[in-house]
Amino acid sequence: MRFKRTRSGASLKLKIGAVAGLLFLHLPLLLIFLYAFTTEEKSYQFPPPDYTLKWFGVVWERQDIWDAFGLSLRIALIATGAAIVLGTLAAAAVARTRFFGREAVSLLIILPIALPGVVTGIALRSAFDIADIPFSFWTIVLGHATFCVVVVYNNAVARLRRTSPSLLEASLDLGANGFQTFRYVLLPNLATALLAGGMLAFALSFDEVIVTTFTAGQQTTLPIWMLSELVRPRQRPVTNVVAVFVVIITFLPILMAYYFTRGGEATAGHGK
Amino acid sequence: MAQRGVLMNQPADGILGRVSDLFFRKPGLLLLILLGPPLIWIGVVYVGSLVALLVQSFYSIDEFSGRIVREFTLKTYAELLRPSNLDIVLRTVLMAASVTVVSALIAFPIAYYAARFARGWVKGLFFIAVMLPLWSSYLVRVYAWKLILANEGVLNWTVEKVGLTPLVDALLSMPVIGGPSLSFSYIGTFLVFVYLWLPFMILPIQAALERVPASMLEASGDLGARPGQTFRKVIFPLALPGIVAGSIFTFSLTLGDYIAPQIVGSSRLFIGQAVYMHQGTAGNLPMAAAFSMVPIVVMAIYLWIAKRMGAFNAL
Repeated sequence: MRFKRTRSGASLKLKIGAVAGLLFLHLPLLLIFLYAFTTEEKSYQFPPPDYTLKWFGVVWERQDIWDAFGLSLRIALIATGAAIVLGTLAAAAVARTRFFGREAVSLLIILPIALPGVVTGIALRSAFDIADIPFSFWTIVLGHATFCVVVVYNNAVARLRRTSPSLLEASLDLGANGFQTFRYVLLPNLATALLAGGMLAFALSFDEVIVTTFTAGQQTTLPIWMLSELVRPRQRPVTNVVAVFVVIITFLPILMAYYFTRGGEATAGHGK
Repeated sequence: MAQRGVLMNQPADGILGRVSDLFFRKPGLLLLILLGPPLIWIGVVYVGSLVALLVQSFYSIDEFSGRIVREFTLKTYAELLRPSNLDIVLRTVLMAASVTVVSALIAFPIAYYAARFARGWVKGLFFIAVMLPLWSSYLVRVYAWKLILANEGVLNWTVEKVGLTPLVDALLSMPVIGGPSLSFSYIGTFLVFVYLWLPFMILPIQAALERVPASMLEASGDLGARPGQTFRKVIFPLALPGIVAGSIFTFSLTLGDYIAPQIVGSSRLFIGQAVYMHQGTAGNLPMAAAFSMVPIVVMAIYLWIAKRMGAFNAL
């Protein structure tokens, strides 16, 4: 008889399967980094004939890329701000109280991300057409904020569910009013979850292209700039370098979001 | 008691205190104020847009002037049912189905290892490794496959070194899935889709497997089941809700994507591309709207079947 509980390790087959799967997920991204240094301009030759840092300088000088980057950054910041406010309000309503139509509200908030992106895009495009709203900076922000709300909402709801209601009751018992309770008890508890949700919303918005192409008109965000380069490659080395920057700019907030919410709760659930 | 707190701070707090007392006495009012902005936003912007989409799909386009006629008609839906359009729908649904199956096969070992064996920092590493690609760099990840699948790219280089070039050529010469090269064939599109949506399959399967107690698997072994039997009779049925949840994502995302098949794939259209083409170059917004009803309907049917199979009960 065995009394000690033994947990036999993973079988070799399982280990190979898991590692191979993770390599499949990440090797292509490493390749992007490799290609940023290639000297080859006309093709995607592998292995690269030689390596150079020249293209980073070329990208630095390109005003059109800076403009696209600036536009994406402004859109992502404003959309994230709107999403944090709206997502927090909705989360506070859904997490604390039970009311008629509560399930419908959470479904409604998740909908923009559950339906295929092309549906969200064409729906917004149809609405702008029917309401005769011309495309502008704000039509892009409108679309982005709509699907970013769910990210903040998911993080905030998860945190609120873990925050004990007796904390709030204690605060009220000790004489704080509702606003003081919010400021000194609820907000400090919620802050990192909101920060994490905001980070993910930023990454999502900064990188978004499927909805954006329907709501942007003539504006060029960084992903739209990249898309046009992918469809008709003109400056492959420049695109390679921009790709590296996009990876880094979106990876950083995601890693920070993980850092803020690690331990126990899943980061924002899943769903894009 | 909470009520006493309210009584105690009544006179001192001025307007903020009085407002906060009001909220305490009338929680419905607070709820209304909390829910108002997000509901107005989502309700007006998003649901309004979906209604606009539905309305738009019942408009039609005047063939001579190319302008949208804003009158109710079923003409656009009749055009949607042309054989060439049905081909697009069938092609997309078949692609979505095969992407879903293969994603599940690749995702399972990762999810199983992460749920059962990974501990401490390894577990965190697995989580980050899945989260990073899920949240970011959609375009860059498509682009990576353009590099990989190019004729002069890394895949062909590897295949040549290993001496498998005849095998790839044989694959490419097959009737439907083949094409002039990997990046201009369905095989290429398929690989990109699997790569893109794999994280969406891993996370729900892992979540389902995390809930299976290790003692249950030990019990199965103690009762004489071989590892294969334990997998078929215990692990797989318990993981199934996770697989179904993941398949909802992989299916829905494949149905709605129009960028990946445009960059890596043959010139034959998928639903997303048809929607994009109709609204853009063709300027036929009603047709685009009608076409985008297809993924919505397909997803509704898919969810209904999943529900009938009892897949949501265990979630």
